[in-house]
Amino acid sequence: MLQIRNLHVAIGGKPILNGIDLTIHPGEVHAIMGPNGSGKSTLAQVLAGRDGYDISAGSVHYLDKDLLPLTPEQRARAGIFLAFQYPLEIPGVANVQLLRTALNGQRRARGEAEMDAIDFLEYVKDKLVLLGMDDSFLYRSVNEGFSGGEKKRNEILQMAVLEPRLAILDETDSGLDIDALQVVAHGVNSLRGPERAIVLVTHYQRLLNYIVPDQVHVLAGGRIVRSGGRELAEELDSKGYAWLDDKAEFIEASP
Amino acid sequence: MTNVELQQRIDSEYRWGFVTDIEQEPFPKGLDETVIQRISATKGEPAFMLDWRLRAYRHWLTRREPGWATVHHPPIDYQSIYYYAAPKSGGGSNRPKSLAEVDPQLLATYEKLGIPLREREALAGVAVDAVFDSVSVATTFKAKLETLGIVFCSFSEAVREHPDLVRQYLGSVVPYTDNFFASLNSAVFSDGSFVYVPKGVKCPMELSTYFRINASNSGQFERTLIIADEGASVSYLEGCTAPRRDENQLHAAVVELIALKDARIKYSTVQNWYPGDAEGRGGIYNFVTKRGECRGDNAHITWTQVETGSAITWKYPSCILRGDNSVGEFYSVALTNHHQQADTGTKMIHIGRDTHSTIVAKGISAGHASNAYRGLVKVLAGADNARNHTRCDSLLMSPDCAAHTFPYIEVKNPSAQVEHEASTSKIGEDQLFYLRSRGLGEEDAVNLIVNGFCKEVFKELPMEFAVEARKLLAVSLEGAVG
Ligand SMILES: Nc1ncnc2c1ncn2[C@@H]1O[C@H](COP(=O)(O)OP(=O)(O)OP(=O)(O)O)[C@@H](O)[C@H]1O
Ligand SMILES: [Mg+2]
Repeated sequence: MLQIRNLHVAIGGKPILNGIDLTIHPGEVHAIMGPNGSGKSTLAQVLAGRDGYDISAGSVHYLDKDLLPLTPEQRARAGIFLAFQYPLEIPGVANVQLLRTALNGQRRARGEAEMDAIDFLEYVKDKLVLLGMDDSFLYRSVNEGFSGGEKKRNEILQMAVLEPRLAILDETDSGLDIDALQVVAHGVNSLRGPERAIVLVTHYQRLLNYIVPDQVHVLAGGRIVRSGGRELAEELDSKGYAWLDDKAEFIEASP
Repeated sequence: MTNVELQQRIDSEYRWGFVTDIEQEPFPKGLDETVIQRISATKGEPAFMLDWRLRAYRHWLTRREPGWATVHHPPIDYQSIYYYAAPKSGGGSNRPKSLAEVDPQLLATYEKLGIPLREREALAGVAVDAVFDSVSVATTFKAKLETLGIVFCSFSEAVREHPDLVRQYLGSVVPYTDNFFASLNSAVFSDGSFVYVPKGVKCPMELSTYFRINASNSGQFERTLIIADEGASVSYLEGCTAPRRDENQLHAAVVELIALKDARIKYSTVQNWYPGDAEGRGGIYNFVTKRGECRGDNAHITWTQVETGSAITWKYPSCILRGDNSVGEFYSVALTNHHQQADTGTKMIHIGRDTHSTIVAKGISAGHASNAYRGLVKVLAGADNARNHTRCDSLLMSPDCAAHTFPYIEVKNPSAQVEHEASTSKIGEDQLFYLRSRGLGEEDAVNLIVNGFCKEVFKELPMEFAVEARKLLAVSLEGAVG
């Protein structure tokens, strides 16, 4: 579903990603961990199509097509979704308005019929129930005045409404209390299916107790320095990243 | 998205720029007492009206153009303007008696503008007075309104048919000595709308005037007078467009609102005069005096404006809160692009006790445009417990545009509470990326952000107008995406 090959990305001349290789198949859940500043969000944003990155080498294929020439909206319409580490506030725009505009925009692009206001309301209310959210969230301005945890939950609501094929969740678990974490995990798990894939960027193994990954990757110095099963996350949790440093330094130092 | 792309996005074509090829009947260029006498005679006005015009003219000669606004333009040559231009088929006393007599070309013009004048095709619930250059060419639903005692007609007709009302109220809120442009308007105004809603009557439909400038080198000087008698209420809408031309054209209107005891007037404007081209050539100079007076207790006046057009906008729809407990509101969206300049805001003058005012001003600037909010909140000594809340927000869409805020506050009564909030923000690339990553195209993303920014104002507009305003904003923000 997603093939990243030797991806090099710089911002303003500063290299951030130094040769990422990653393959994700439909139905899989991958976790990406790694120290602060290692490039996790950069990778996520590059996949979602954000401007301003200099992609100096490498390739990304999604559903066997070159992803990099596509605009963010084309990627979204092709089924890619990014839950932001820091969700944005859009004052004056009701959550329900964004959700419906986004869903209908995507349906239109896929040649499907748009949902009218009434059908949409029914559809979105089921999603609210799934995520234990109050109806009042629909009518508040997008993320404006939301608590940190509510913003994260709202990202998952958007994901649940849009039903993407590839969901990338950038630290959606950070700032969530235990109950909220379980609710969000439930929301993500209910999206799992043989056609879909999920990438979880996280610092905590805790999340992975609820959403069990097929693979765990460690990103350091702009490279994936280690990949393994879920036991890798447990190891990181107890030992930190220090024990990986040798390998990272070794790679950095190579010719 | 880069700034260049963002700019392309907000550049757009002015879609109302066509000219109607119709035989005109202009007076010679320039202004003197003879021209004023001719205007008055053409309209068959009573002597008091001519007398008032001439006093205004003589006063105007002693005045200078105001210089305090943050707008710049070459000097206006007042002798090179046509002060009266009317379609030959419909001017003055030739005004058609019914729609069947209206020149089909004029009907077609309004249809093209989306304002069908045939009643069965018209928007249900909206009565329209259509003003073409210097004259009103048609007023719909008049007869229906008359059964309720509501007068809704062209100003010229009001002067002839209801001289006592005109005499009593004309100039009672904006005297002809008020300011340079108001004096000029008082001398030469050609037409406009007149509304009188009698005691206790709630006007059952929206009343609206559609102003269209068509003739070249002509000025448009319309006058609107709206009176809501005790306990009456009315909602009035104003829309405007003009052809695309290289020269600047002057539009100096005066609007007076009078709300008596317990009366309510809601005045909404969507101003879309030709703004000039991308290099700043041409466009309308929109120098307008709008003021309402809450003359009785518990009176309520609301101004809502969406200003997207004109090369220069200079207007301050204001409220004099004379009656105790009266309420004044001002909701404004002003969008300027390219080289447009807007200096707009309001004055809230609190005279009565327990008077309240609310000001919400949203400025959007793009290109090289400049956008200023200028407002005065004045609380006189007798205005016990006056309250004002002002909120001014500016949204910047390019690095070369400017936004200014000039709030003036004068308080002579210690019990007053006056609050002012202001903010300036840039349309964020982060916000745009966020929305695009949900599948919204660039255009939709910009529109959604701008509409959200304007929401507090749009919700004050009557429904059909809110839809119009949203579309207009979308068009003003749209462009060839690279
Ligand atoms: N716009 C930018 N300009 C300059 N440097 C940037 C920019 N964006 C990111 N960086 C830098 O790129 C590096 C990687 O940042 P990124 O946000 O991808 O890290 P992260 O792995 O997500 O970290 P965290 O765990 O703290 O979220 C950091 O050193 C960061 O400072
Ligand atoms: Mg990050």
